[in-house]
Amino acid sequence: MTDAIHIHVSINGNTVTDSVIPRMTLLDFLRYKAGMTGTHAGCEHGVCGACSVIFDGDPVRSCSLLAVQANGKSVMTVEGLSNADGTPGTLQEAFQDAHAMQCGYCIPGMLVSAHALLARNADPSLEDIKEAIGGNICRCTGYVQIIEAIQLAATRLREALK
Amino acid sequence: MNEHPGANLKFVSRKRRVREDKRFVTGTAVFAQDVNLPNMKHCAVVQSPYPRAKILSIDASLALAMEGVRYVLTGDEFRANANDMKFGLNTPEVKWYPLAVDMTRYAGEWVAVVVADDPYTAEDAAELVEVDYEALKPIIDPEQAYEEKDRLVHPAHGSNVLYDGHFYWGTVDEDFVAAEERLSYRVRWGRSSTVPIETFGVVARWDEAVDILDVWASIQMPNYVELLAATLRIPLNCVRLHQDVDVGGSYGVKRGIKHSVIVGYLSRLLRAPVRMIEDRLINMASGDAHGPDRIFDTQVAFNRDGKILSLKIRALDDAGAYPGRAPFQLAKPISAIVGPYKINSVQYDAISVLTNKTGQVPVRGFGQSPTNYMIETAVDKVARHLNLDRIEVRRRNFINHDEFPYQIPSGSKYDSGDYHTVLQKALDAANYDELINRRDAARAEGRLAGIGIGTCLEPGGGNNIFEYLMNPSAEITTFSEGAEIRVDPDGLVTGVVGTTTSGQGHETLVATIIGEELGIDPDDIRVVHADSLNAPITRSPVASRMAIMLGSSTAAAAQKIIAKAMKIAAYNLQEPEDDLEYVDGSVFVRRDPVRKLTWREICFIAHKAYHKMPDDMEPGLQAQHVFQVPGGGQLPDESQRVQIYPCFSFQAHIPYVEIDPGTGHVKILDYAIGHDCGTMINPDIVRGMVIGGLAHGIGAALYEKFAYRPDGQFESATFADYLMPSVYEVPMVKDVDHCTPSPLTSHGQKGSGEGGYLGAPAAIASAVNDALHPMGVSIHELPMRSYLIENLLNGGKTDP
Ligand code: FES
Ligand code: FES
Repeated sequence: MTDAIHIHVSINGNTVTDSVIPRMTLLDFLRYKAGMTGTHAGCEHGVCGACSVIFDGDPVRSCSLLAVQANGKSVMTVEGLSNADGTPGTLQEAFQDAHAMQCGYCIPGMLVSAHALLARNADPSLEDIKEAIGGNICRCTGYVQIIEAIQLAATRLREALK
Repeated sequence: MNEHPGANLKFVSRKRRVREDKRFVTGTAVFAQDVNLPNMKHCAVVQSPYPRAKILSIDASLALAMEGVRYVLTGDEFRANANDMKFGLNTPEVKWYPLAVDMTRYAGEWVAVVVADDPYTAEDAAELVEVDYEALKPIIDPEQAYEEKDRLVHPAHGSNVLYDGHFYWGTVDEDFVAAEERLSYRVRWGRSSTVPIETFGVVARWDEAVDILDVWASIQMPNYVELLAATLRIPLNCVRLHQDVDVGGSYGVKRGIKHSVIVGYLSRLLRAPVRMIEDRLINMASGDAHGPDRIFDTQVAFNRDGKILSLKIRALDDAGAYPGRAPFQLAKPISAIVGPYKINSVQYDAISVLTNKTGQVPVRGFGQSPTNYMIETAVDKVARHLNLDRIEVRRRNFINHDEFPYQIPSGSKYDSGDYHTVLQKALDAANYDELINRRDAARAEGRLAGIGIGTCLEPGGGNNIFEYLMNPSAEITTFSEGAEIRVDPDGLVTGVVGTTTSGQGHETLVATIIGEELGIDPDDIRVVHADSLNAPITRSPVASRMAIMLGSSTAAAAQKIIAKAMKIAAYNLQEPEDDLEYVDGSVFVRRDPVRKLTWREICFIAHKAYHKMPDDMEPGLQAQHVFQVPGGGQLPDESQRVQIYPCFSFQAHIPYVEIDPGTGHVKILDYAIGHDCGTMINPDIVRGMVIGGLAHGIGAALYEKFAYRPDGQFESATFADYLMPSVYEVPMVKDVDHCTPSPLTSHGQKGSGEGGYLGAPAAIASAVNDALHPMGVSIHELPMRSYLIENLLNGGKTDP
């Protein structure tokens, strides 16, 4: 077996240093090495989006990246969306107000995709929202309340800037 | 107009946050995959590549030689040390072991399990296990399987027929003779399932010091701990299921009993915690989570005014190789076998067969969704045949609002409903007249456009008597649910839920109802999930039953708390109870309200001031209640008529579709739905369930299929092959609610977890066939994939 490789990754602003086998996925690294269990495995073949994280600013599927590819990079997971004191941020509050979930399993990925959208588009249209979460499969909700939550968050974030 | 006196309710039916949501948005929820115990071992499975084969030998020596590999378990070892998994039907020779013994019965069946220090090593080692097979010709087609005498999935059983039942309720033959018209048709419901985004996972640890098998599992099923104990040959009170683990979706299928007995067995043997998490490919091929796969042959007798008199139904269901409780999915539909319609008599032949496919498990609606598709097809066909409006035919056959409770031929008494009003609300939400103009304008431009009409009944809260109907040795006549409320010396309240949760919002349900009954803000109430050794009686959150059953038991437990508080107050205020009143925790003297005992005083007395308690009263303030299924507790009569479910919710679905004539692709452009589940405990939860179920139904109607090649190879192991609706396939649904309270539950509530899924496939099929009608073709199989429709439009046929 190939030797372990030493990597350091900035996760939600904290640097995590560990040694990993070369084939370890970023998803497994986040969950089992860095203790960030908010990121979930749904398919592990790049379709469902449950494993989505922000990787150097862009949303990616952590099941389809290797941990070693994250060496020296920064990753943000669902845990990083909360405020510094651990309370839910605006997007997370909106998801609760709209009850945009049931089992909650897809929700970290949804939030990450929605966060990436709102970071670049303060006033997204319905089509923009669909495009942003088009690669996130939710079996529970039928998406309507998720869309409503993202719209609610966008409105609140815009109002906060006024 | 809504009937429920909602104005009197403080918390029930009010828009309030769902308390479960916070842990999901912060990523702090704990799922089975997040349970990480010291020294935990990991499993990987060896799968059979053959759908039907003799196992000649298994050689695990190379795997065992790998560093980090701890054990390899085979079916022979398991059979020598444990029992087969038993599931209710009286078919003792259909033996199900978690690992194949002697022969394999479907492609992907587990043959061995490798245990290692980490999952990567376990998977590598699994590839080194060498199995010698002698491949046999499989039996794949369910109709062939029914007739087949030699090629048997379970040879010792003597046939491939698991169940062949005949029901005859009322004057079927007379009604068929008397009817002015008759027609017959076949519809086919394809093999699909619920496919939660979380796969099944389980961790087990044997605690030698206390003789307890601790289990953390992504489970949603009744009888789980019973099955674990019975299979592993350990006493029932030696299994402790930790039910505070969140389940990442289930809708019926999270029943990893075979995974669980494997890790239970191994953890005891290896004296270490053992974990098994399915990957997606295993989940799809061999996690045993497929759903109904059913052919209906139906005859309808009706008059020229559109009134349907009688049905003759033959349902043939392909249960796969190991059926579990799947065959009972032919029996739940008996409870609503005529849908929302006044149909005088029914003949129902229900057949379950074994084939060399993955085993079937209960799926959302427990067989009701395929059946509803069959019933609604009948109504559309009658309308077409008579050239009558599909809505008008429904209205003429609907049970009227003033006819409830209404007993149908199979013995079910529907509790309440207002089908005409809910359908009208859905039509209004759809802007039906404009929708017709839109369809006709699209047609005038040469497009294929259609409107669907579909309704459904959602039976909820059943008593399990369907098991007796199919196996009279199972005298089970209840399916009760317990609740527990504890009040501490500070007056703070904790509710206890006795089961796992997989998105239904049970904690919100319990807090809302306790709050309503006791007059306490639900936000101040804690709700916990007890482990199975600490829990009140539960039959798990299946069958749209928790609002009905847990809601009603919680309300009754709260009333017991109030009753005790009243007694304490009466004793201390020295007034008869009749002169006292309980308001929001305090007890007042009605004619002199300044004289009262506050909640804090009552709770303090109950816990600490025994000298202020009435004589012989038990100290403390807590209550349990076990709610019996309303109308349950009876065995069927001599005509097999019986009440199975107490409550019946109703929905009406109006989708609008257009079909690309070149590719056969169906696009749902609009969708309106009216739903009535009585009193909604939390309207946002109900709305989510309704729309989510509907989206699931879109998948079953158009995309999702576990496909098998004729040679038995499985073709749908990835999310690229098994297609679930994304946000692009689900329209922004217009939903309207209505409330016809149930007279049988604490607040008039009924079930709401299944209806969207029960109504959508029928309604979408109705829309597609409306769109295809001008072309002179129709489709009668689900999923209605593009290539099937394209083929039809090109003059081909589909053969359901
Ligand atoms: S788990 Fe990564 S896309 Fe599904
Ligand atoms: S909330 Fe369950 S999968 Fe999305």
